[in-house]
Amino acid sequence: MGKDYIIKVDNVHKAFGDKSVLTGANLSVERGESMVVIGGSGTGKSVLIKHMIGLMMPDKGKVVVDGKEVGKLNEEELNSLRRKFGMLFQGAALFDSLTIGENVGFALKEHTNLSKRDREKIVIDKLNMVGLKNVENLKPMELSGGMKKRAGLARAIAMDPEIILYDEPTTGLDPLMCDQINDLIVSMQSKIGATAVTITHDMVSASKIADRVAMLYNGKFISTGKPAEVFNDTNPVVANFCYIGKIVYETEAIYSRPIKG
Amino acid sequence: MRFVHNFGAMIISALHSLGEATVFTLDTLRWIVRPPFRIRAVLEQMQEIGYNSIPIVAITALSTGAVLAIQSYIGFKRFGAESMVGTVVALSMTRELGPVLTGIVVAGRAGSAMAAELGTMKVTEQIDALFTLSANPVKYLIVPRIIAATLMLPILVILADMIGIAGGASIGVGVLDANPVIYMKKTFEFLQLNDIYSGLFKSMVFGLIIAAVSCFQGVNTDGGAEGVGKATTRAVVVSTIMILLTDYVLTSILF
Repeated sequence: MGKDYIIKVDNVHKAFGDKSVLTGANLSVERGESMVVIGGSGTGKSVLIKHMIGLMMPDKGKVVVDGKEVGKLNEEELNSLRRKFGMLFQGAALFDSLTIGENVGFALKEHTNLSKRDREKIVIDKLNMVGLKNVENLKPMELSGGMKKRAGLARAIAMDPEIILYDEPTTGLDPLMCDQINDLIVSMQSKIGATAVTITHDMVSASKIADRVAMLYNGKFISTGKPAEVFNDTNPVVANFCYIGKIVYETEAIYSRPIKG
Repeated sequence: MRFVHNFGAMIISALHSLGEATVFTLDTLRWIVRPPFRIRAVLEQMQEIGYNSIPIVAITALSTGAVLAIQSYIGFKRFGAESMVGTVVALSMTRELGPVLTGIVVAGRAGSAMAAELGTMKVTEQIDALFTLSANPVKYLIVPRIIAATLMLPILVILADMIGIAGGASIGVGVLDANPVIYMKKTFEFLQLNDIYSGLFKSMVFGLIIAAVSCFQGVNTDGGAEGVGKATTRAVVVSTIMILLTDYVLTSILF
């Protein structure tokens, strides 16, 4: 077991009122891998990643990030832990009172002593990385949904995080835009080498970006492994959910072969 | 039985919210004294809460002062004390109506805006985004609003006092044919500095209440657009009730 796990979710329970959401979730994420958490709506995927970045604390069990137990950190320690993370929210969650440039440069301004010029350079650089040009002075309202997600991603990677959390990155986008976002996630892996944790119920996206997949069902993980393993799981719940993913995954394997060769 | 159960549950839930709001306010006060200080954000909020409220506060004060002059004239004429109209207007405005009406008007105007803005930020995950960028939302969003409201309310009240007295005077002199010199003399003859200070002190507390209640409702919003609407309504209703209760308590204890 010499694997280097950057995130360990250990027997986490979480309930809201009398509604149990997580009921003993276990998940280990290796450093540098792209882990995709799949599951139906309302199965607690968002709750799970909010535990990883300390936006929620478990009722029982623990979350360990880079050797530190999130629930035991004080405010300062939690803040410095969060700087290891970049998070892309489902609706991008850009601050609508600020321009795109100010959004992307937010953490740089708050947490570094870089000059204005250096910050602007990084902001433009990160925006280019996600394929956006000349949008620094626009307000979030002036951008389309796909552009907002890209800008949100640029903000998430502004501080060169070690871990990027993607909350339903393709939800609500057209197929073409989904594809671009998937490509972007894959390229982030190779460009900055960050660990990625994505939650999604988009099986096409999962099959394209995952090194490993974990399926959350009724508050627990019922199948974890390489995409081929999970997609071929004989558990009927997993098999039903992954039906489309399996087709896409196998089709990709067939069709991309000549190009790769 | 069911009624007793529901009533009990309502009381418990109200106490629970009150406890949460108290913890929230104390947490905020702790952040106020911690650097870095965000002067620019405070100034922006002072403009939003204070400067932009001037028209509505002025209209409210003007009409209140004017109506007060007419009403007290009608009453006082019955026992020949018409000369006291100016005194009554001045005392009522500075001690009571200036602070309370300004508080309620600002709760409706700026408190609702605070709750709606923070509520929208909450439901669109912008508050969570602040956390993930290692920026504490209390420090970034709430502290500037609390400081600005607490500082601006007294300034608005000074304005309301002056405009209210002027409104009363213009009716007194212009419509009720009072002698301007005597009216102004009566206005200030019995007015003590303490009357003004007490009103200003109360208004600072009202400013704190408006900002704390509205921000609390805003950051605890859930349930999308509908939730934002509810939070906004609750911000105004709860601020108004708390202003009226606090007004009674402060007035009877302190002054």
